[in-house]
Amino acid sequence: MNDSILTLILLTPLAGAIVVALLPDRGKLPAWIALLTSLATFGFTLHLPAHFLHGQPGFQFEINRLWIESPAISYHVGVDGLSLWLVVLVGILAPAGIVASWNAIKERRKVFYSLFLVQQTAMYGVFISLDLMVYYGFWELSLVPMAILIAMYGRKNGPGAAAKFFLYTFIPSAPLLVAILWLYAKTGTFNFADLQMYIATGSLPAGALFWVSLAFLFAFAVKVPVFPLHGWLADTFNEAPVAMAMVVAGKLGLYSLIRFHVGLFPVQARQIAPIIIALAVIGVLYGACLALVQRDFWRLLAYAAMGHLSLIVLGIYGLTATGWTGAIYQVLNNELIDAALFVLLGALELRYATSLISAYGGLAAKIPQTATLFVISGLAMIGLPLLNGFVGEFLILSGTFAGISHGWVVAATIGVTLSAAYMLWLIQRIFYGPESPLATAKPAIDLHGGELSILWPFAILMFVMGVAPNIWLNNIQGAANPPHPAQPVQFIQSSQNPEVIPTTSRTASSRKDQQ
Amino acid sequence: MSSSDALRILPEIVFTLTGVFIMLVDASLPPAVSRRPLGWVAAIGTTFALWASFAQLRIAPGTGFYGTVETSPFTVFFHALICGIVLVAILIALDTLPEDSHHQGEYYALVVFGAVGMCLLTGATELLVVFIALEISSISTYILAGYRKQTGRGPEAAIKYFLLGSFATAFLLYGIALVFGATGTTQIYEVAGKIGSTQNPAFVVAALAMMLVGILFKVSAAPFHVWTPDVYEGAPSPVVALLSTAPKAAAFAFLLRMVYEMFPTLRNVWAPALWIIAVLSMTIGNLAALRQQNVKRMLAYSSIAHAGYLLAAFAGLAKDGIAAASFYIAAYAAMNVGIFAVVTLVSGYDDEFPLVDDYRGLIYRSPLLGILLIFFLVSLVGIPFTGGFFGKFYSFSAAVGGGAVWLAIIGLLNSGVASAYYLRLAFSAARRSADNETSSRSALPQVGIAVAAALFFTVASTLALGIVPNEILRDAQEGAHTLQVPSQSIEALPVNANANSAP
Repeated sequence: MNDSILTLILLTPLAGAIVVALLPDRGKLPAWIALLTSLATFGFTLHLPAHFLHGQPGFQFEINRLWIESPAISYHVGVDGLSLWLVVLVGILAPAGIVASWNAIKERRKVFYSLFLVQQTAMYGVFISLDLMVYYGFWELSLVPMAILIAMYGRKNGPGAAAKFFLYTFIPSAPLLVAILWLYAKTGTFNFADLQMYIATGSLPAGALFWVSLAFLFAFAVKVPVFPLHGWLADTFNEAPVAMAMVVAGKLGLYSLIRFHVGLFPVQARQIAPIIIALAVIGVLYGACLALVQRDFWRLLAYAAMGHLSLIVLGIYGLTATGWTGAIYQVLNNELIDAALFVLLGALELRYATSLISAYGGLAAKIPQTATLFVISGLAMIGLPLLNGFVGEFLILSGTFAGISHGWVVAATIGVTLSAAYMLWLIQRIFYGPESPLATAKPAIDLHGGELSILWPFAILMFVMGVAPNIWLNNIQGAANPPHPAQPVQFIQSSQNPEVIPTTSRTASSRKDQQ
Repeated sequence: MSSSDALRILPEIVFTLTGVFIMLVDASLPPAVSRRPLGWVAAIGTTFALWASFAQLRIAPGTGFYGTVETSPFTVFFHALICGIVLVAILIALDTLPEDSHHQGEYYALVVFGAVGMCLLTGATELLVVFIALEISSISTYILAGYRKQTGRGPEAAIKYFLLGSFATAFLLYGIALVFGATGTTQIYEVAGKIGSTQNPAFVVAALAMMLVGILFKVSAAPFHVWTPDVYEGAPSPVVALLSTAPKAAAFAFLLRMVYEMFPTLRNVWAPALWIIAVLSMTIGNLAALRQQNVKRMLAYSSIAHAGYLLAAFAGLAKDGIAAASFYIAAYAAMNVGIFAVVTLVSGYDDEFPLVDDYRGLIYRSPLLGILLIFFLVSLVGIPFTGGFFGKFYSFSAAVGGGAVWLAIIGLLNSGVASAYYLRLAFSAARRSADNETSSRSALPQVGIAVAAALFFTVASTLALGIVPNEILRDAQEGAHTLQVPSQSIEALPVNANANSAP
């Protein structure tokens, strides 16, 4: 089982997609098949944490088979502490996406659900591939179903948003492919571990390597998105069907930054880290400020997501152990919270047929379940203690505080505070205050069973992840340590504090600063 | 002619016999009788030719007819490819040529005769045979391009193609004459052996330039591409499916033979030239395609861009470059024939619905055609797990391997630009059309058995080239190997120190 579990996870959604494509497009049949497939796949992903060996370095559940002889491309997959929970996350978000589409997608369900499942395969592929070409393949593949679905099911101008999304993410992947090909031409391998070794030995020309690493960074930063490459995000959130919007940003890019940028090019990442940190902090503030003034809740969510994702980028490029743990953990939190908010807002839009915040008001009394779940998710996003967002943000901020000059972290913290402002204001405008004409006119239908059966487990999970983070952190800490190049670069101090308890590491380093 | 000589041109013989048979039957049938069965005859003949190509693998590689034609894994690769394209093109025509169209019998005969020329071009090792083969294939395609005589565009396309094409072939002939003048022979291997010791190096460079012009016209590389959009627009779509792939495959095969086998010592001349032409082709092709509203014109510019991507492989070192170019042609042919099959069905033989906007809502009107259109477009964009991706991948990795990193970067950025117009068409097909429009355009032709088979072949080969490319790649590499070490005359040649220096 351990030998083939990753192949199983990868191929189950694809098989489901083929089944959906072959069966007739009758009623909810495609949706049911997609739901069963995604639940089965989620079950398979749970096999990974159950059989994961803690503290063992390197990749587990590895499969390595030669696929193409020349150039040597292997079907090489495996997970470590970094990707383990991300795979499970993809698994748990799939049923949420299907539930969110259950009533929202009314026509061509066959096309929708088969492409949805292909998208699942592509995302699993990105997280488990350890061969750079296979990884690149899945990375590109993930664009196609996304773009087609945005074009087909966009709210107003689907094709426009889809083209914007596709071009924004496809064009940067051109330098990425050249960079990968260059690495292959120099080393003769696409294997992640081998490449990591080759690059670490320093036999490759440093000047060229800088550009290669920049190509990697560029492609991933667009996908996160990092300021100022976020132009596609708001339109995509505004147009994309909910099931697609909840997976489009964040985890793919962030994971790739950690694994393939900092992981492959530690020295170059350290060189460029100051710039990325500055951009990330700008992103945190910029996202929060723009979120404050949005009139449309999808756009608000888009800029909110940008702010929170930038904070994770800050955690990654702070290059401290604590910051990294927090960043990886926060990827999980963030996606979970975003997914819950997407399902909730999607439900609202379906019932009230608008995404204008001003049209809403006083809904809390009419649809209490929605209000309760929204408040829980919103508070988790803000980072209320006891909920999961707090743990991640705290680890990131405290870890980074130890590593880099404090001004940046203080600025980022202000951004985090602003996120409380726009989120609470959003809750107030939608659920409280006087009842709006729209709320009076439309029948008040609370969440249905399917939505509740997704959202309550999500809410409970947010709480569990907030009070018992060690279940997840144990695996993450074992695997993900930022690289320690021999010579630290200015701006970032070499406070490689192995300790992971935030408070200790923070005091230790602030003491160092004072010296 | 000995029997072993005949085996060396077995596919060409099969094609010729099929063509002659079709012409004779067509002429002797009364006018009222449907000519459609002749299409099946052509398809069966092409299948035999395909089989004959593979049968050539069993005879030892070498030349026949006093060193004028060659059989080797390289020629078999291109023979099989051309036979496959012709077969699919005939299958498309079978179901889409209107029953009452003129000269249906001649149509199939011309396609088959054209195939004779294309196959011969890939195997010719004597420049005069090259010229004859090129003319055979060109004359058939000139006529086919003007097949819709009743429209104004058909004859315009044919005349444009004919005039510019003859001009280009004249350049090729001048080049051949100069080669003969400089070396005293027109046999490719002998030329290769004598170029090093020629008294007139300037002659040889001029010959190379002239021959490049002639061939680059045939593959519609910029700046010799101006005929392409007009011809593609004026010619019937089933013809364009053939025209945009098979003659190009043959011409690229000869180009490979010419630069790597005949002028390997002049690499420092032709490599920079092809570098520039590759960049020009992809940039001009893609930028012009962005502005097209007519689907066939857009695909015409896209084919110019693809010629550019393919030329990038020529920056690679011999074995890699040849293998990458061969593979790219196969991948390009699979997806391009496929997309023109879809275009034929959607736009109609007479191009009633030629515009991108006419494709709006295709996926709702005909889910099968809509999905297939998007699939082929995805492959043309170069998304992984399709043939288009590995084509680009091999081509650009050959370029990077040959040191032309900038060419690869320009090429891949170009493919990013290209995705814009491919997506425009794909999204147009995915966009819901307004209700009042659907009724007028909903009458899509039935997908008949022949076209269904053609679509199946193209989809299967596009996917196979993207998921399990090993087999084809091995064939391409074997072909590259045989092209690289042709005879003793070249082995005796001193290796040029600059041979491997790419820009």
